Amino acid sequence: MPDSTTRQAGTSVPPISLRRRITDHAMTGVAVLTVILVLAPLFAIFAYLVYRGVGSLNWAFLTQTPKPVGEAGGGMANAIIGSVLILALASIIGVPVGIGAGIYLAEYGRNRFGDAIRFTADVLNGVPSIVIGIVAYALVVLTQRHFSALAGGVALAIMMIPTITRTTEEMLLLVPTPLREAAYGLGIPRWRTTLSITLRTATSGVITGIMLAFARVAGETAPLLFTAFGNQFWNLKVNQPTAALPLQIFSYAISPYDEWHRQAWAGALVLIVLIVSAVAAVRLAVRRGTFGAA
Amino acid sequence: MAAPQPTEAAKLTSVPKAATQAAPLSRGSTGETGDYIFRYAMLLCGVAVLGTLVLIVYELVLRSGPSWHAFGLKFFAARDWDPVNEQFGAMPFIYGTLVSSILALIIAVPLSIGVAVFTTEMCPKVLRGPLSFFVELLAAIPSVVYGLWAIFVLVPILSNYVEPFLSKTLGWTGLFTGPPYGISMLAAGIILAIMIVPIISSITREVLSVVPQHQREAALALGATRWEMIRIGVLRNARAGIVGGIILGLGRALGETMAVTMVIGNRPEIAKSLFAPGYTMASVLANEFSEATGDVYLSALIEIGLALFLVTIVVNGLARLLVWTVTRGQPASTHA
Repeated sequence: MPDSTTRQAGTSVPPISLRRRITDHAMTGVAVLTVILVLAPLFAIFAYLVYRGVGSLNWAFLTQTPKPVGEAGGGMANAIIGSVLILALASIIGVPVGIGAGIYLAEYGRNRFGDAIRFTADVLNGVPSIVIGIVAYALVVLTQRHFSALAGGVALAIMMIPTITRTTEEMLLLVPTPLREAAYGLGIPRWRTTLSITLRTATSGVITGIMLAFARVAGETAPLLFTAFGNQFWNLKVNQPTAALPLQIFSYAISPYDEWHRQAWAGALVLIVLIVSAVAAVRLAVRRGTFGAA
Repeated sequence: MAAPQPTEAAKLTSVPKAATQAAPLSRGSTGETGDYIFRYAMLLCGVAVLGTLVLIVYELVLRSGPSWHAFGLKFFAARDWDPVNEQFGAMPFIYGTLVSSILALIIAVPLSIGVAVFTTEMCPKVLRGPLSFFVELLAAIPSVVYGLWAIFVLVPILSNYVEPFLSKTLGWTGLFTGPPYGISMLAAGIILAIMIVPIISSITREVLSVVPQHQREAALALGATRWEMIRIGVLRNARAGIVGGIILGLGRALGETMAVTMVIGNRPEIAKSLFAPGYTMASVLANEFSEATGDVYLSALIEIGLALFLVTIVVNGLARLLVWTVTRGQPASTHA
């Protein structure tokens, strides 16, 4: 008897009204629509990059310097090399400082001072890149008296440091404490333990952080506008104005010439391919290397 | 995961000392000097991070001095930007930055929340990974490539289809009037929206995933439909974190330079119509900084940079605080 009443109570739950059911389905539809609206530009951008980029990409583009306005042909070889130069400078400055700060935070930074550094890194991460450009201009260009690859490298390094610092710290904290204790137990000094045990175990994570930072700055244009400045000719000197791929894409894109527009698309394609392949190459090397511990 | 670390780390500091005491013979090789040097070298790197921020503030304040002395607070209210007569006012740029960013938020917020809700609550599990990956991929596209695409694809679409349509249907509001050139505040807002969607939606996703599972179960047990469960059980609980994500997106939109510079038209005027060209704080820096002649001109630009810096710091600080209160306030392991 009581059994049947509960069952009756169970079945007597009023059916979900039509209005509520329609709302439910409508909201699912809206959510799907938002996904389509968000992904459409992504695919449109990649499709256009390949469509316009591949058509304009040729050997000359990769091996020659820009031709004067009106002459067909020419390429962005100097800008590609310039970008590599600036990014190398940025990495040389930014990676050691970023990793060092990350080590400090993970191994010694459990205090107020560490918190201050953590907070600063987060703040730095949000500073607009164009403002970083101004500071690099004031620091390097004004003291050197001319635009230079070094100034561009400094600007990009400042942008890389916070990301590397925070990911390095996070990755080092994931390394199990017994591993450190084992090293100490063997009488290995702390600095050696940190470098050869902790950092080494976390290598793949740390490198992922570096690649994140690298990918972020590789396409940056704003901080290079008045630091590296751009250059129509070959330059491999650190203290001279230097061409960079993003700068070249920008100035070609806003130019009125069809030939330059084509080259801007080709440049954009090369830029994306360079970023993606650099990231993929390092990931692959890390996975295949001897540091598989993490 | 990091929670037990502090005490462990504190314990650790005593370990090497104990080791040296136990084996005094090997003192020379236990590397106390090495430890000392290493510790201070790492500290130096940490100080460099602090120093960078201090340096940024110092340089910006120092070099915006001449402009500050010439115009004072009036600088931010004045509307004329006349390098020839050395009259500088930042109002048109502040207006352009605000309007383009707000426009971007209006477009991006519903889209981002929709995407986040779909990925965490609605879609089949197999789609979750690829969907998040694609949305994150939007964040990896360089700003200048967005600009390039906007110039050659978005702007023609706007001027041929969208703007004529908007001016016919919504022209009476006064927001959509004037010649539909495409290059406009509207174009800047749209391209910014596309760029900030990944930020807002990834934060929202993170926040939604820490809403305890029993909130969902409770709503469903009360007979809620899936949408009602999402609205009552999930979104309401995640409000603060979502607002944090939105503000973080705003911070990015305010400082975004290249894509906006390429499509906004770069004219220092304040117009009500979104079809009119505008100018933002970041793009005036991009366009005029390397050509600025004269101390006052250059320092006026740097003062704009300082203002932009301060605003983004406040905005980002606020956002981090909001996100932090939500994601740290609750155990993170309640929802897989």
